[in-house]
Amino acid sequence: MTAGAGGAGGPVGPVGGTAAGGSGQSWVLSRVRPLGGDPVDVLLTDGVVAAWRPAGSTGPDSEGLPAGTTILAAEGLIMLPGLVDLHTHLREPGREDAETVESGTRAAALGGYTTVFAMANTNPVADTAGVVEQVWRLGLDAGHCDVRPVGAVTVGLAGERLAELGAMATSAAEVRVFSDDGHCVSDALLMRRALEYVKAFDGVIAQHAEEPRLTAGAQMNEGVVAARLGLPGWPAVAEEAIIARDALLAGHVDSRLHVCHVSTAGSVELIRWAKAKGWQVTAEVTPHHLLLTDDLISSYDPVYKVNPPLRTAADVAALRAGLADGTIDCVATDHAPHALEDKETEWAAARPGMLGLETALSVVMETMVIPGHLDWVGVADRMALAPARIGGLPRPAAEGWSSIAVGAPATVTLLDPSPWRVVEADTLASRSRNTPYAGRSLPGAIRATFLRGRPTVLDGKVV
Amino acid sequence: MASAAASDPVSRRPGIARTVLSADDITRIVSRMAHQILEKTSGGAGVVLLGVPTRGVPLAHRLAQRVQAVEGVDLPVGSLDPTMYRDDLRLRGVRPLEVTEIPDGGVDGRVVILVDDVLYSGRTVRAALDALAAYGRPRTVQLAVLVDRGHRELPIRADYVGKNMPTSRRESVAVRLREIDGADGVLIVSPEASPTGAAAGPGDRS
Amino acid sequence: MKRHLLSTEDLGRDDALLVLDTAERMARVAEASVRKLPTLRGRTVVNLFFEDSTRTRTSFEVAAKRLSADVINFSARGSSVSKGESLKDTAQTLEAMGADAVVCRHSASGAPHRLATWVRGSVVNAGDGTHEHPTQALLDAFTMRRRLGRVDGLAVTIVGDVLHSRVARSNVWLLATLGASVTVVAPPTLLPIGVSSWPVEVSYDLDAVLPKTDVVMMLRVQRERMSAAFFPTEREYSRRYGLDVDRAATLPEHALVMHPGPMVRGMEIASRVADSDRSTVVEQVANGVSVRMAVLYLLLGGSGEVS
Repeated sequence: MTAGAGGAGGPVGPVGGTAAGGSGQSWVLSRVRPLGGDPVDVLLTDGVVAAWRPAGSTGPDSEGLPAGTTILAAEGLIMLPGLVDLHTHLREPGREDAETVESGTRAAALGGYTTVFAMANTNPVADTAGVVEQVWRLGLDAGHCDVRPVGAVTVGLAGERLAELGAMATSAAEVRVFSDDGHCVSDALLMRRALEYVKAFDGVIAQHAEEPRLTAGAQMNEGVVAARLGLPGWPAVAEEAIIARDALLAGHVDSRLHVCHVSTAGSVELIRWAKAKGWQVTAEVTPHHLLLTDDLISSYDPVYKVNPPLRTAADVAALRAGLADGTIDCVATDHAPHALEDKETEWAAARPGMLGLETALSVVMETMVIPGHLDWVGVADRMALAPARIGGLPRPAAEGWSSIAVGAPATVTLLDPSPWRVVEADTLASRSRNTPYAGRSLPGAIRATFLRGRPTVLDGKVV
Repeated sequence: MASAAASDPVSRRPGIARTVLSADDITRIVSRMAHQILEKTSGGAGVVLLGVPTRGVPLAHRLAQRVQAVEGVDLPVGSLDPTMYRDDLRLRGVRPLEVTEIPDGGVDGRVVILVDDVLYSGRTVRAALDALAAYGRPRTVQLAVLVDRGHRELPIRADYVGKNMPTSRRESVAVRLREIDGADGVLIVSPEASPTGAAAGPGDRS
Repeated sequence: MKRHLLSTEDLGRDDALLVLDTAERMARVAEASVRKLPTLRGRTVVNLFFEDSTRTRTSFEVAAKRLSADVINFSARGSSVSKGESLKDTAQTLEAMGADAVVCRHSASGAPHRLATWVRGSVVNAGDGTHEHPTQALLDAFTMRRRLGRVDGLAVTIVGDVLHSRVARSNVWLLATLGASVTVVAPPTLLPIGVSSWPVEVSYDLDAVLPKTDVVMMLRVQRERMSAAFFPTEREYSRRYGLDVDRAATLPEHALVMHPGPMVRGMEIASRVADSDRSTVVEQVANGVSVRMAVLYLLLGGSGEVS
């Protein structure tokens, strides 16, 4: 197979080589810019990064290329390690009308992702080894990216008794991240036990921080806009109170806590405080919380309904600063597909959640890279290396350049940073249409994604 | 939604305006019409004057003043807004409503004289007749207009006409009264050069 | 005016005054011997009520019928499908019926806004959740103007469950637009976080505010708020925020007492106050019809294009 990656301004199309196919296929990424640095030719062979050569030095007739090597015109493209999403809802089993493992991972590959952590709130809930193995196998079959199931912390997400965390950890799915996401493990004692228990297999509890009593009936961020719109408020303190409590618990039992979708300025401060204490607390922020604010809800369009809710411009600024300085470790999409009938309703009846996989890198580019908060090395850390570390993925030394250095698995994505594109819900790979960015222009486009040397996306299309 | 203020659609329309009646002309005409009313109603017995807003209302008051001056009779004066009875509401943006003020004593058994500035298609008068019916059953209804410009679309005829004024449909007739416009006068506005440009004509008054 | 009437927040001063002036004309029509006008003949108005409200529905129905519109009462309660599906489905049904206007009452804030994106006709918000109830505020302002001759410069005090009150929200925006000074009085638990951004004064002390008040508007307080710990007991609420006879006596002589109804007599307002000459409760009903006629006329009385 041959393909042109569509380099910015450069000639598009195959430079040369012959079609080969199969796992042994080799690729030369000609004039690619690893982590936005100087152009080089990168050779991907046998699933690993085999060599870096001077830019433009490698042609079809170059020495030492395996037979059937494809040369990809990658001029102007930025090479990043394959992105890792700690927080994806694939909806299978249970709501295959909204998303399947196949469609969700297809969307992931198109967004530059090579691993997604599939949240446990499926039907049935992923609270047993059987369900997590099913999801894991569906991921293998689809082949668009690695699927790492997240196990439920409590049986049925009911917050009453622990699920069989150990059984999930030792299953074929090798679960390391446990979360009741969508629900908070609000019982302090249960949370303490969960944090302690997963230490035995280096697990982490990913908490959906939401004090349920403070958010009964809540519809949007509590504040000026909610007061005007007459929608019951979801106060920042409901998130912050749980984060503070959980950080204290994690410190007390010396366990790993990961805070899902941090959304408030106060939460950033608390996590900064917990990290300063030396506690093992990590956190994620979603693309939408980096870009969107609650005043969008004036239209009552449920496409903006999400949990935790969109917050204020001050929160957005604090989240960007927290992600820039590393207080927030990573970006996670909270990709939450919903069928049309769950969104084309009045606000209160709509389900919370937004699509995110296919737009995440573009939103991070707009909110972090273009304003100068993060360079591409930083993006690689926040969107690939840090989430891999938190999720317990086997990676080579997960620092900076080395992840795409010679010898590393050829799990990379190629971003063209130059184009701006208008997001169209109907052209997304997800089965659902609930993107809050429809009609909005976002920068950057994924041209190709490789999973252990095998292209999952070429020319911006799924292979 | 239309603005609440009464607007003068003619003055905003580009075109060539010529004055056809002066302030003095209007004074003489109103005076004559007052005499005709007295003559035809045997001294104004049982007469109620109802002006059709906007400019029919000051005209009704002027007629009443002349009648008072000539005959010493006080005729009741009111106003009758036919807007909500129009059959052409859907043809343009919503029209602001005007005041309806039926004088004490009502209209039952009276001789109601509707007063308007320009008689054109007759549709306003038809609507006014319907509006009037909601307030009672007059013995007779008559119509007084300052200008009759022709082009009737309904079988309606004025009992008192200040001035018959042949016009083309492309022209507009603008009545100015000092109570509303600051000065008296009647103008005919012809559309500029383009013969089709203002073909819609003075759809406002009819 | 815009195509829909969804809130008073986005109602400009000129449009608000136009509604009040038009309502004044409509009120005069009620004095004619024949009250029915042919104005909206051939137009269809659908009363789409997802929440019971005989008062509001009847008021809209009378208004539409006086203007000769065809009225369809569409009560959508008790449907077995989820509420969300039924709103969209209902919108499609209304489209098929060719509704020129949909008067929508719904328990969810913003439901009329959603409906407006799905139907071609005009949508009139007849109360949505805890958001707005614009025609109620318009009729309140209309009542104030008729009784006191103006709205501009009046000191209006709104008392009670502001947090959950769509009447309060609509009144706050409309009265501010029309130049009144509004004070909201409530226990802090029944004021929204973010009330500081509203064009109002906030007070927790009803006794301090009443002597400077031209109009006091008492909001309904639902007893079930007690169980959610918004206030300890009915008695304590009544003692601190109820309008009893002694409190009403501290109002200036000309001051009005308004209540959007239905009233909880004894708790938020004493019967003797509610039935006194100050009270506008009864004329508010008649004024409601005039205001709703005005709204329907202004939305449906023309070609639908802005002139």
